[in-house]
Amino acid sequence: MSEEKKEKTQLLAVNDLTVEYSARRGKIRAVENASFTLDRGETLGIVGESGSGKSTLGMSLIRLVPYPGKIMKGNIILEEQRILKLKDEQMRDLRGRKISYIFQDPMTSLNPVEKIKDHFIELIQTHEPKVTKAQALKRAQQLFKDVGIQPERISDYPHQLSGGMRQRVMIALALALNPSVVIADEPTTALDVVVQAKILDLLGTLQERYGMALILITHDLSIVLERSDKIVVMYAGRIVEQARSTALYKSTQHPYSQGLLKSIPNIELADQKLEAIGGTPPDLLNPPHGCRFWPRCPFVMPECLVEEPSLYETGENHLVRCYLYKGEGNE
Amino acid sequence: MKLEKIIWSDVTFTKGKEMSSDEILRTEHLKKYFPVEKGFLERLLTSTKRFVKAVDDVSFSISKGEVFTLVGESGCGKSTTGRLVVRLIQPTSGKVFFGQENITDMKKKEFRIYRRKLQIIFQDPYASLNPRMRIGRAVGHPLEIHGLAKGVEERQRVNEILQRVGLTPPEQFTNLYPYQISGGQRQRVAMARSLILDPEFIVADEPVSMIDVSLRTTIIDLMLDLRRDLDLTYLFITHDLAIAKYISDRIAIMYLGKIVEIGEKHEVFSNPLHPYTQALMSAIPVPNPERKRTAIELKGEVPSAINIPRGCRFNPRCPYAEERCKVEPELTAVKPGHFVACYRTEN
Amino acid sequence: MGKADTKKSMLSAILPGLGSLAKRGLAGWLIIVGLIFVTAIIMITVISPWIRPYDPIKINVGPPLIGPSAQHPFGTNDLGQDIFSRVLSGGGIMLQVSLLSVIVCLAVGVPLGLFASYAGGVVDRLVGLVMDSIYAFPGLVLAIAIAAMLGRGVVNMALSIAVVYIPSYFRVIRSQVLSIKEMSYIEAANAVGAKNRTILTRYILPNIMPSIVVVATVNFADAILTAAGLTFIGLGVSVSVPDWGWDLTNGRALLASGTWWVITFPGIMIILLALGFTLIGEGLSELFNPRLEQ
Repeated sequence: MSEEKKEKTQLLAVNDLTVEYSARRGKIRAVENASFTLDRGETLGIVGESGSGKSTLGMSLIRLVPYPGKIMKGNIILEEQRILKLKDEQMRDLRGRKISYIFQDPMTSLNPVEKIKDHFIELIQTHEPKVTKAQALKRAQQLFKDVGIQPERISDYPHQLSGGMRQRVMIALALALNPSVVIADEPTTALDVVVQAKILDLLGTLQERYGMALILITHDLSIVLERSDKIVVMYAGRIVEQARSTALYKSTQHPYSQGLLKSIPNIELADQKLEAIGGTPPDLLNPPHGCRFWPRCPFVMPECLVEEPSLYETGENHLVRCYLYKGEGNE
Repeated sequence: MKLEKIIWSDVTFTKGKEMSSDEILRTEHLKKYFPVEKGFLERLLTSTKRFVKAVDDVSFSISKGEVFTLVGESGCGKSTTGRLVVRLIQPTSGKVFFGQENITDMKKKEFRIYRRKLQIIFQDPYASLNPRMRIGRAVGHPLEIHGLAKGVEERQRVNEILQRVGLTPPEQFTNLYPYQISGGQRQRVAMARSLILDPEFIVADEPVSMIDVSLRTTIIDLMLDLRRDLDLTYLFITHDLAIAKYISDRIAIMYLGKIVEIGEKHEVFSNPLHPYTQALMSAIPVPNPERKRTAIELKGEVPSAINIPRGCRFNPRCPYAEERCKVEPELTAVKPGHFVACYRTEN
Repeated sequence: MGKADTKKSMLSAILPGLGSLAKRGLAGWLIIVGLIFVTAIIMITVISPWIRPYDPIKINVGPPLIGPSAQHPFGTNDLGQDIFSRVLSGGGIMLQVSLLSVIVCLAVGVPLGLFASYAGGVVDRLVGLVMDSIYAFPGLVLAIAIAAMLGRGVVNMALSIAVVYIPSYFRVIRSQVLSIKEMSYIEAANAVGAKNRTILTRYILPNIMPSIVVVATVNFADAILTAAGLTFIGLGVSVSVPDWGWDLTNGRALLASGTWWVITFPGIMIILLALGFTLIGEGLSELFNPRLEQ
């Protein structure tokens, strides 16, 4: 693919992103030196457990990191715009229109005293002031059809809808302005498995129809292996492995990713022997010196305690942050 | 092959010879209805009472030493059932038998001794420990409550049990407060607390769903080891079919307050018969990017437990709904030990 | 053993150590400043018999109604009493009254709040109704009414303030108990067979301590101002004891003739004392419910 063509299909590029929280007790580096790209129509899965920094990473992509968090360095390029340099009003204009976010909890993300249709009308008219109420309503109804809710429900209040429906409303709102990138933060917790599958299928269909890119942030490795094109594995604020899903599945390289894969029950396997990762989740106030994973790593070597490894390239677009792969090239 | 048609209710009541002799817990037609609070106007205008039928006629039997799992989505009544079994809440109707004793209506004093034998572990490791009680006190407290041990003896037992759940050296933990240890460690403390009274039966309500994925197996494996070492029986409650598959001996699938399928784990997983079970299984994500999955589409969503559909409660969403589904089916045996509540399995 | 735990948790809730207080940012500093005010005033009151230049109730120790001067740094009042000595000694009544009212509130309000809200149902409703009706009254008016009925004196003042304040304790405790009641650790306590009494004292009470402490400190502040108010309208203590409240009353009458020092200095002391407690309360509240916590 020529450089030019690659530029055209690349929607999002993140370079060396670092986000820090200044709490009373100290500083927490929630995300450190994160870099990845996202192309048109692609699905990226960001997977990690508690303390991994995945939610913070997601929120920094729309510049909504909650206080006292701050983006310390790095850049985020969305459709060739450096969004970290934008003024607040410019960023507000982009949110919803070019990049949108589906929050984790559909219960609390909708305004309980506003009818659903008002949510849409407000959203559309804020970004496109020339659109009339009637036109906005029509668009909303079309979106409802897309996400599979009966159009009449648009006049309901949020509490009148079930959890699954609210989540679908959130998706519809996220798509209302036809953004190029949609970020879904744990879109499947608080929903039952059947509805979960429906929602994820829906996101896939809409992706195909509208050509948007999707970022799935979740702790559930099964979901990202099943549904994303490429995966970023995070641990204690760092990206520890990054690869296309098929590559990651066939060749899971970082000891953490391996541990994670071995610890999730696979319903298709007959008597499975599961293994947990020893130790406890990282303390972000006092992270281990050197590689953050070394206290729990079955392959720890002396150099791991000295300095953090960089990302080494071990295959096409396959990066691993581990000294085990040092010889194979450098980032 | 002629399938023997065993009606579950017959089995429970008549001869009792189907009940195995090492049955440790049994529930018969358990029901729990929660009255719905009416708004002011409603109270003035109507006199009808509405109920959330959280548990609506649930019967099962658990044998000594087995891991019996209740699986279902949120709102299906599994957690309520767990609490009914340990009498944290009282059933609206139905009975619970422990050993051969009917413990449903026992007076508080009489039941106290059963509190030692029936224990429960909760889902949220952050909420199940008293934030103002040190770990050592919290784990030893049950001993004090039942007058079983004090002082040095209590401390010894506490240390013993902390070691058993993998918190070693125990002295390192006894003086800490819950906020000073991790979620996984807290869950172990909760287990220690329920084990210190030497129980025979433990209800585990979603014990790992709030714990990091990579650590869940440690807790589950610990539970299995403890079963072997301490002769325990578990009623395991979860919404995660994959975990259910890993840990159970027998499983029961619940939907809207009723059990729709029940049987040996291997049997149910390899041969799911109820359409709901089938849909559930097809919807679970599999960590394999090369697998082409076809999930069974279910119409609509789980209805509210206040307005339970007439007839088979699953029929509004069932891809195979027919006329006869207007009458609620009973759990019938399709194979010895495998029961399904669905007319399709009758041929 | 339970009591030791409760005491320990009280201590760990109230005294994290001044050093670490300073490290706690704004909240810590509020508490430190508040504590400085309060302890300073208490100490001054306590050692006043030894440091005051004149006997505060002796009349005509100097010419009446002279302004602040070398002999009388805060001036003298119409009876020739030295204001400075009166300021040093006058806090005693206020401190006693507020302390007593807080003690009564704790002794009555805490158990009432605990039992009623844990029991729930009709009991909770009834007690709540009574509490709400008391709460609905403007505090000072109610205190005046009760003090008028009971008569003068430190104890009566304390009682009238306590009655007015108990509903606040009740409300705070009730909301805390209601949310804690649903927590799994209460269920767990029930599951191991703990009696209700044990649950209230070992499981619920230690967890609501922080809120009680905060209410108590605000109670102190409010009591001081109310005590001043009661004395102001003549329902306080008798003239034989030096009291800032009394000086306020007296000073107000003199204000018209340009004598500003009789009311001002005691007034400032009252404000400082009330402010001190308020700062402690605010600081504690910020400490226990930090808004900056993730």
